[in-house]
Amino acid sequence: MKRLEKKIAVITGSARGIGYGIAEHFAAEGAVPIIIDIQQELIDAAIEDLKHDGYTAYGYVADVSDFDQVGNVIKQIIKDHERIDILINNAGITRDSLLLRMKEDDWDKVLQVNVKGTFNFTQKVSRYMLKQKSGVIINIASVIGLMGNAGQSNYAASKGGMIAFSKSIAKELSSRNIRVNSIAPGFIETEMTATLPEQVVKQYQESIPLKRMGSVKDVAKLCIFLASDEASYITGQTINVDGGLVM
Amino acid sequence: MDVFKTVKELIVEELSVDEGQVTMEAKFIDDLGADSLNMVELMMAIEKAFESFNIEISDEEAAEMTTVGDVVKYIKEKIE
Ligand SMILES: NC(=O)c1ccc[n+]([C@@H]2O[C@H](COP(=O)([O-])OP(=O)(O)OC[C@H]3O[C@@H](n4cnc5c(N)ncnc54)[C@H](O)[C@@H]3O)[C@@H](O)[C@H]2O)c1
Repeated sequence: MKRLEKKIAVITGSARGIGYGIAEHFAAEGAVPIIIDIQQELIDAAIEDLKHDGYTAYGYVADVSDFDQVGNVIKQIIKDHERIDILINNAGITRDSLLLRMKEDDWDKVLQVNVKGTFNFTQKVSRYMLKQKSGVIINIASVIGLMGNAGQSNYAASKGGMIAFSKSIAKELSSRNIRVNSIAPGFIETEMTATLPEQVVKQYQESIPLKRMGSVKDVAKLCIFLASDEASYITGQTINVDGGLVM
Repeated sequence: MDVFKTVKELIVEELSVDEGQVTMEAKFIDDLGADSLNMVELMMAIEKAFESFNIEISDEEAAEMTTVGDVVKYIKEKIE
């Protein structure tokens, strides 16, 4: 028996990387992934790949940081699919720089996409989950939001913000059987980390107790568990997928 | 327009109560079993139902409304 049979799952930033991996693994568990990303071509390619593997998936363009766009897209999704069972706030960006050199725009952009994007989607979707009296929200944070990192103060603030936001919303929505949790991935092999210099990657690997980078699958498997009824008593938590980096 | 009738319909829908329970004197929390989330949802539903009058209920105003009558009176004042 598949664990997410017929569940409508909205996943932001899912045309590639971790988000795409979640969409793929969700589809394999019987869910209907709804791909949200910023460019139509990226979405089309992702849907094509999923269809090729025999899955059903739908895509909608939205910039998660744009409040009105998000409102319209959610309305359209409800019109087309009638409900939203699972929301995964995964879209995220980095603009790394040491504090002294950080441009105002680097700070603003990262908080707009990572934190405000999460707020936008959560607010719009929770309306329908409240009516359904059920729903699961998973926010993809980062270990950086827990331990901080030189050169990533904006990113760390955004991910720490997402974690604190998740806990507050978990409390607000608990009486309607809506669960909200965060996942804090460590170093996961994707386009986002592919740009790191080899030297840096080596250093990271040395510092990870399990001595390897994580895979998209590692994150997706935890998402499946948290989204399924197997996790029906788990809310307001932050769970690390990081090879033991943060303990 | 019958404000009470519209409000009553919204309350029956949002709070899953019987029509008979929704009197002008009924208290949302004590008599109709509403919680804080229900109240937010109800206020949003009212704003939507009376959209054409551009009613926007602030949190402070909402906190003052404890009975069905309070809400009906508030809306009547706004649309007149
Ligand atoms: N890769 C890692 O090692 C790692 C570690 C910890 C946390 N994370 C988090 O996981 C999430 C996914 O990361 P990834 O590595 O897959 O990144 P990625 O860059 O490969 O993918 C991110 C996706 O989000 C989309 N996106 C960006 N801005 C958007 C916006 N404004 N609106 C809509 N879509 C937008 C991009 O187009 C892209 O498809 C991010 O939140 C990231 O912070 C990643």
